[in-house]
Amino acid sequence: MVNTTTRPEEATKTGAAARPARRGDRKKRRGGWADGHSRTIVSPLELRSRWGRKIYWTLLTAIVIVFTLVFVFPLYWMVTGAMKTGEEIAQMPPTLFPKSPDFGVFADAWELFDIGTLLRNTVFYAVGAWLFALAVDVSAAYALSKLRPMLGNVIMAGMLATLMIPPIVVMIPAYITVTDVPILGWHLLNSPWAIWFPVAANGFNIFLLKRFFDSIPDEILEAAEIDGVPPWRVLVSIVLPISRPILGVVSIFTVVLVFKDFVWPLLVLPDSEKMTISVGLSQTAGAVTQNQIMAGLVIASVPMIIVFFFFQRSIMAGLTAGSLKG
Amino acid sequence: METLTMEPKRQLAPRRRPPSKRRRAVRRNLTAYGFLCAALFCFAMFAWWPIIREVVLSFQQTNLVDPPTWVGLDNFRTVVDDPAFGQAWRNTLAFTLLALLCGYVVPFAVAIVLNELRHARGYLRFVVYLPVMLPPIVSVLLFRWFYDPGPGLFNQVLDFVGLPTLAWLDSTDTALISLVIVATWMNLGSGVLIYLAALQNIPGDLYEAAELDGAGILKRIRHVTIPQTRLILLLMLMLQIVATMQVFIEPYMLTGGGPENATVTVAYLMYQYAFVYGGNYGAGSALGLMLMVVLLAVAAVQLRLTREEK
Repeated sequence: MVNTTTRPEEATKTGAAARPARRGDRKKRRGGWADGHSRTIVSPLELRSRWGRKIYWTLLTAIVIVFTLVFVFPLYWMVTGAMKTGEEIAQMPPTLFPKSPDFGVFADAWELFDIGTLLRNTVFYAVGAWLFALAVDVSAAYALSKLRPMLGNVIMAGMLATLMIPPIVVMIPAYITVTDVPILGWHLLNSPWAIWFPVAANGFNIFLLKRFFDSIPDEILEAAEIDGVPPWRVLVSIVLPISRPILGVVSIFTVVLVFKDFVWPLLVLPDSEKMTISVGLSQTAGAVTQNQIMAGLVIASVPMIIVFFFFQRSIMAGLTAGSLKG
Repeated sequence: METLTMEPKRQLAPRRRPPSKRRRAVRRNLTAYGFLCAALFCFAMFAWWPIIREVVLSFQQTNLVDPPTWVGLDNFRTVVDDPAFGQAWRNTLAFTLLALLCGYVVPFAVAIVLNELRHARGYLRFVVYLPVMLPPIVSVLLFRWFYDPGPGLFNQVLDFVGLPTLAWLDSTDTALISLVIVATWMNLGSGVLIYLAALQNIPGDLYEAAELDGAGILKRIRHVTIPQTRLILLLMLMLQIVATMQVFIEPYMLTGGGPENATVTVAYLMYQYAFVYGGNYGAGSALGLMLMVVLLAVAAVQLRLTREEK
């Protein structure tokens, strides 16, 4: 390296620098530098020093343990709590494993909370919202990005402006709108459209889609246009196949949003036959025992955890896509 | 005018059937609005109209059956005179500040550390994001059990290590912070992953240069990491404030606003006006309008700061 000083810390660094070439290449393969970046705050050289290694491994172990305790242990407690008896739950000190795990509690909870109906409703709302929002938002973003109508910028700005105002702030007028849609006079309480219409009015989805469509070169589309291909076919057979990644992100967003939402379905789907799983659990939770509640929560978590397992990449891509350049 | 500018080009490359420019523009606009109409309907009815309606409603009294009557500033008077009003704003502010401390500083620090690790990255990222995927009702009901002053996990742990147990949700001192803990646990993961992505965009040479200049690890964080992620930090600050200002499910499920209004938030109070105390939609809207103004002010400050940065 350079003309380093005499401080011991620096000395070890120069010592390590005396054998260059390898520079943590081995680690790169093993340790998952999957993100393709090579240099962070701590240099590879500092890491390779004797102290660096010690600190690194201690820190790594500590972090893995703490993260597991903080984020996984509560879920473990939920699952085992469901399988304990009422007495065992109240016992001091608590048992780490249920003495005689009772799997029947899941069937009880399924019955008590009427989870079959709740899940069916929620999946129906989520899939419907997904299809409807995708159709509406994709065509809007395509129009704004490629057909560029008059006042397109104003419309886009109006759609983005709604992102500044979180839905809960306008929940009262939104609720009143749903009970009596202006001009049309529709009454949408307890109707799935009460979920689907507002979900489609999502400025963030349109923004993400439009930004992706903007990056598709106009020349491709113009060529099709000159050949006389109508715009809807350009959208379906040229734009959509290219846009698969962003469609994935928007789809996941929408489904997760509907699955997780609480306040809005609480207001607009009050009928117990129409409730979502979140609202249904909250309504019945007061009337059943602790282990039954936990069993209900476990069942409600399973679909989201499965979604997360399968679509982890899309979910994480979407999370960072919007915020980084936004 | 338009035809004039087009003239030379057309002579250079004549097309077989050149439709007039204006007709093409009209057709393009018609097609575009055809594609847009569904979205415009959804936005007009379920995004733009409710915002306007909120302003109108806050000066009206309505029971959803008879036509609404104008009541001037009565709704605002009702809201401000409510003893819970000041408490709700104080709680919301306290909640926001506490949640910022936990939900803003902590994820950034966690992301910095995670970015340094060369092992178990996938596992840690998965685990930290797991609570974000759960429906909030799951986290909230799970923590309600943990907070149980009798057989709850937290008191069992405190008891086990020999510390005095706490009343958690049942005491005015700890109720609000208990809600903040749940909220942080549920949301920490998204912050961590966003910061992690931002950290990975920092060019390595900057650290290299800082190191050659003799900057220690803390100095590298201060002079490289933070300036390089400043924009995203600002953006997240606003998103966090906007997100925490709408706290609802935590007080709704865990405390019902109590004890002694210690956890009443503005959003929860709004809900109570409209859907619990016999449908006072006017007063609820007045409160909602105030919250909207505050949030827009936050957004305006953030926009200005971002612009200065750029």
